[in-house]
Amino acid sequence: MSRSALDLWVGFFVAAGFAALLFLALKVGNLSAVNMSDTYTVKARFDNIGGLKVRAPVKSAGVVVGRIESIRFDPTEYFAEVALALDERYRFPRDTFATINTSGLLGEQYISLEPGGDAKMLEAGNVIKKTQSAVVLEKLIGQFLFNKAAEGPEQKK
Amino acid sequence: MSERSLVSISDLNFAYDERPVLSGINIEIARGKVVAIMGGSGCGKTTLLRLIGGQLKPARGEVRVAGQVVHELDRKGLYALRRRMGMLFQFGALFTDMSVFENVAFQMREHTDLPEELIADLVTMKLHAVGLRGAAHLMPAELSGGMARRVALARAIALDPMLMLYDEPFAGLDPISLGVVGQLIRKLNDALGACSIVVTHDVQESLHIVDYIYFVSDGKVVAEGTAQEMRESADPWVHQFVWAQPDGPVPFHYPAAPYGEQLLGRAGA
Amino acid sequence: MLELVRSLGRRVDDGVWRLGFAARFFVVTLALSGSALRRFPLVVREIYFTGVLSLIIIVVSGLFVGMVLGLQGYDTLQRYGSEEALGVLVSLSLVRELGPVVAGLLFASRAGSAITAEIGLMKATEQLSAMEMMAVNPIARVVAPRFWGGVISMPLLAAMFSAMGVFGGYLVGVVLIGVDEGQFWSQMQSAVDFREDILNGVIKSVVFGVAVSVIAVFEGYDAPPTAEGVSGATTRTVVTSSLAILALDFMLTAFMFRGA
Repeated sequence: MSRSALDLWVGFFVAAGFAALLFLALKVGNLSAVNMSDTYTVKARFDNIGGLKVRAPVKSAGVVVGRIESIRFDPTEYFAEVALALDERYRFPRDTFATINTSGLLGEQYISLEPGGDAKMLEAGNVIKKTQSAVVLEKLIGQFLFNKAAEGPEQKK
Repeated sequence: MSERSLVSISDLNFAYDERPVLSGINIEIARGKVVAIMGGSGCGKTTLLRLIGGQLKPARGEVRVAGQVVHELDRKGLYALRRRMGMLFQFGALFTDMSVFENVAFQMREHTDLPEELIADLVTMKLHAVGLRGAAHLMPAELSGGMARRVALARAIALDPMLMLYDEPFAGLDPISLGVVGQLIRKLNDALGACSIVVTHDVQESLHIVDYIYFVSDGKVVAEGTAQEMRESADPWVHQFVWAQPDGPVPFHYPAAPYGEQLLGRAGA
Repeated sequence: MLELVRSLGRRVDDGVWRLGFAARFFVVTLALSGSALRRFPLVVREIYFTGVLSLIIIVVSGLFVGMVLGLQGYDTLQRYGSEEALGVLVSLSLVRELGPVVAGLLFASRAGSAITAEIGLMKATEQLSAMEMMAVNPIARVVAPRFWGGVISMPLLAAMFSAMGVFGGYLVGVVLIGVDEGQFWSQMQSAVDFREDILNGVIKSVVFGVAVSVIAVFEGYDAPPTAEGVSGATTRTVVTSSLAILALDFMLTAFMFRGA
């Protein structure tokens, strides 16, 4: 095995290794889809975040526009403060409405932004005031049963 | 210690764990000499070479090479000293993943910044000295035992050492190779102006080429002298060794219970 | 009984002693790595022996593991009517776990054992002693390049294993069974996160590479210089590094994917 042939093989090997990494990053992973190098952070307060997790997507009109950066509990006023890292390319009005949704019936939870009509745009550090908490399935079922029970006797009468 | 001595060993003691191997060895070797250290297998000859090379540390006493106490040197000093030593290992210890050429060039590449053409010339000269110039491209696996030993010799003299150490250079060689290696040891020593220490149990070959002989037994020097003195020695131990007699001061039998007793005892049981 | 306790004590004592020596050896190897990395051709040579020569087994195994995942995954997923998630299943299990772990195990038995045997034989034939007598430190000249060759090769091999596995899953799932191709890739892409999954998988493979390489060079260097000694050391390399990979994998997984 001469020197140059050996070098050639090693070069081929290293190139193939990096090609595999690139394949994993671009084709298998989502590096190409969400390449958010520049982001700005806004905050949103929720009474209940349900099963929301850090790094869950933030979507607007179904398109991923950011990620959840951190989730913190405020011990003085008892709400959850969620920091959203949004892509620098996208700007939203001040009165944007943030809701916690679920993808599919049992899927992951994400935050959806519905733009309002304000002329002023959200800046880094701003707080989204209009929010809607996560829909907790147990509560919903409980409410439904309660309503049924409340309706029941009236119909019998 | 005399000024002319290159290697001077005084009151050297060494033990593996609890087992003493060398006790109170004194040896003086002058420049330009070829000295043999002889003794039966397992008498501590190889250990002595490792002590000279600084691979082991003595329990007591010291080895001086060119005025430096070997075991007191730090790693850097020891490596500097070793560059001026060459050692031939028992079975050559050639690097099996390199060609003969690369084996001989190894130290030149590691320790010098010589240009490639010069290295090629030097390697050719060293290989020519051992008569294997034509084998430069072979791999060690393709060499016979005698050839491997000669390549290892060329490798050991690559940097023109002042001290050559030979660990059983004659072991396992056919008579022709044996003679060739013996002649080379003498010739190279004279050409380099070096000093050589040959550890061996091959008496007849060594007596031809060496200037002085030390006999080691049970970790002590039991006899010393020139080749002629040794041949004529009346010492029963030396006589047994030089004339290769099976029985003498070194017994043929490993210590055991009396023969008859053992046989009878077994028959009775 | 007493004899049993005594022999147990001796084994523990021996083990601790070896562990200490191995740690010291690892530090010395790292300390002497500078000179090895400066002479990069030596490392390139070792990448050839550890990486390139392991290529075939890694690529073929990756392909088959991916194909099996595709078959098994499809069988399970289609019961719940969610066979489009096949891509997610194949890619996540490969990138997070199977890629680094199986590639690591193959690497240990293919390259690790070869490194141990080579260094052990060099020791048995006094080549290491000879090198020392030529004022060349065998740890810098022999051990460090092999260590770095292994450390560099392993993550690349694991990445190739995962990539081949995903391709194998694609072959079985999409080409053979007929899962929708668009769904296969798009679900995979939305579920696999670059940092959470792929980068953590790469970190795992680097850690495994370091572990296998250091075990392999140490066992070789520490091997008794006889034929039995070398063969025993080679076996120990494979056993120890396989166990190390599995134990490290558990620790790293617990650490990385705790569910942020």
